[in-house]
Amino acid sequence: MGEMEELRKEADNLKDQITEARKVVQDTTLQEAVAGTTLVGRVQLKTRKTLRGHLAKIYAMHWGTDTNCSKLCVSASQDGKLIVWDTLTTNKVNAIPLKSSWVMTCAYAPSGNMVACGGLDNMCSIYNLKGKDGNVKVMRELAAHTGYLSCCRFLNDSEIITSSGDCTCILWDIETGTEKTIFAGHLGDCMSLAVSPDFKMFISGACDFTAKLWDIREATCRQTFSGHESDINAIGFFPNGNAVITGSDDATCKLYDLRADQELITYQDSGIMCGVTSLAASLSGRLLLAGYDDFNVNIWDMLKAERVGVLAGHDNRVSCIGVSSDGMACCTGSWDSFLKIWN
Amino acid sequence: MSCMQSSSNTARARRAVQQLRIEASIERIKVSKASADLMHYCGEQGKYDPLLMGIPASENPFKDKKPCTIL
Repeated sequence: MGEMEELRKEADNLKDQITEARKVVQDTTLQEAVAGTTLVGRVQLKTRKTLRGHLAKIYAMHWGTDTNCSKLCVSASQDGKLIVWDTLTTNKVNAIPLKSSWVMTCAYAPSGNMVACGGLDNMCSIYNLKGKDGNVKVMRELAAHTGYLSCCRFLNDSEIITSSGDCTCILWDIETGTEKTIFAGHLGDCMSLAVSPDFKMFISGACDFTAKLWDIREATCRQTFSGHESDINAIGFFPNGNAVITGSDDATCKLYDLRADQELITYQDSGIMCGVTSLAASLSGRLLLAGYDDFNVNIWDMLKAERVGVLAGHDNRVSCIGVSSDGMACCTGSWDSFLKIWN
Repeated sequence: MSCMQSSSNTARARRAVQQLRIEASIERIKVSKASADLMHYCGEQGKYDPLLMGIPASENPFKDKKPCTIL
């Protein structure tokens, strides 16, 4: 038997082992466990603010860390601008013109000192918001990916993680502009990433229909989660860091538990037939807000897996969504060029 | 899709097996415990979740204060 044949056999055996090991701990289902839990009452959020200013489709938004006096967020549009918004006043704090208008992602550093973006230019550009003369300038251009930049998230002011259409994720040293670690393993474009609440891990969702959990410092892939029947476009952590939520073109979201190493539940409805573009959890994790291609956001009771609300207000696809870090508001961004703040 | 090509099919297959070995060897907890922990977290934190509990108008920084007219 050739080596390839042996390796194929061993791979199949290991996959069977994993399937078996997951079955062994499946002494119940989440659905059964929450049978006695009352469904969340109808959630009706209202649009409190509309952020107007972009001139083309909005592809991404990210909340800054809350401070007592402001709730800032950054948005990226294919009008070639990054806008930092004061969501309480709807004022534009910064309007940053980009070299490349084909932007697909943006991120706000936890410190509030920087923002980042990237897209079809295959690069992640870092902007310093707190420059001496008050002007916002490009600080670094992180170039190494051989495919589009789909997502980026800061760990701190000196490190950022990016995901790319080249099927890899990279941990960068912003100071030197070089790659610290390349996370390879996905067999399809990486579409989205999220960092764990303790900053030790991150998860990636890809066009190979899987989500992978990575140990940032060990530089290894710890776990792989399957089940989706199409591209995973959106991914996030449950607030306690023990579970992962994914959103896919197969019109469903799924909850995977990291310690049980398996899918716990699927959020689906026969009436929903379009892809999930974005998702965010409420502060306690009880609510899952997911944006869809049909211009709506569906609000799910995360434990009971039933729809408990809808945010209808955009005139085109909802491309991005985020809940502020104090849980006080949800922001949606759309191809209709507007961002809306809801609570 | 422009995946990075490896040096050979066997090298890629060896890496895939190595990765599967790592993933097969992890410790797993029971789904009952995983579910209980998620329910407990939601139960404990739910009361501090503004979108879940609702925000009184007076405490909502996003709500525009409308002027009142006394008739």
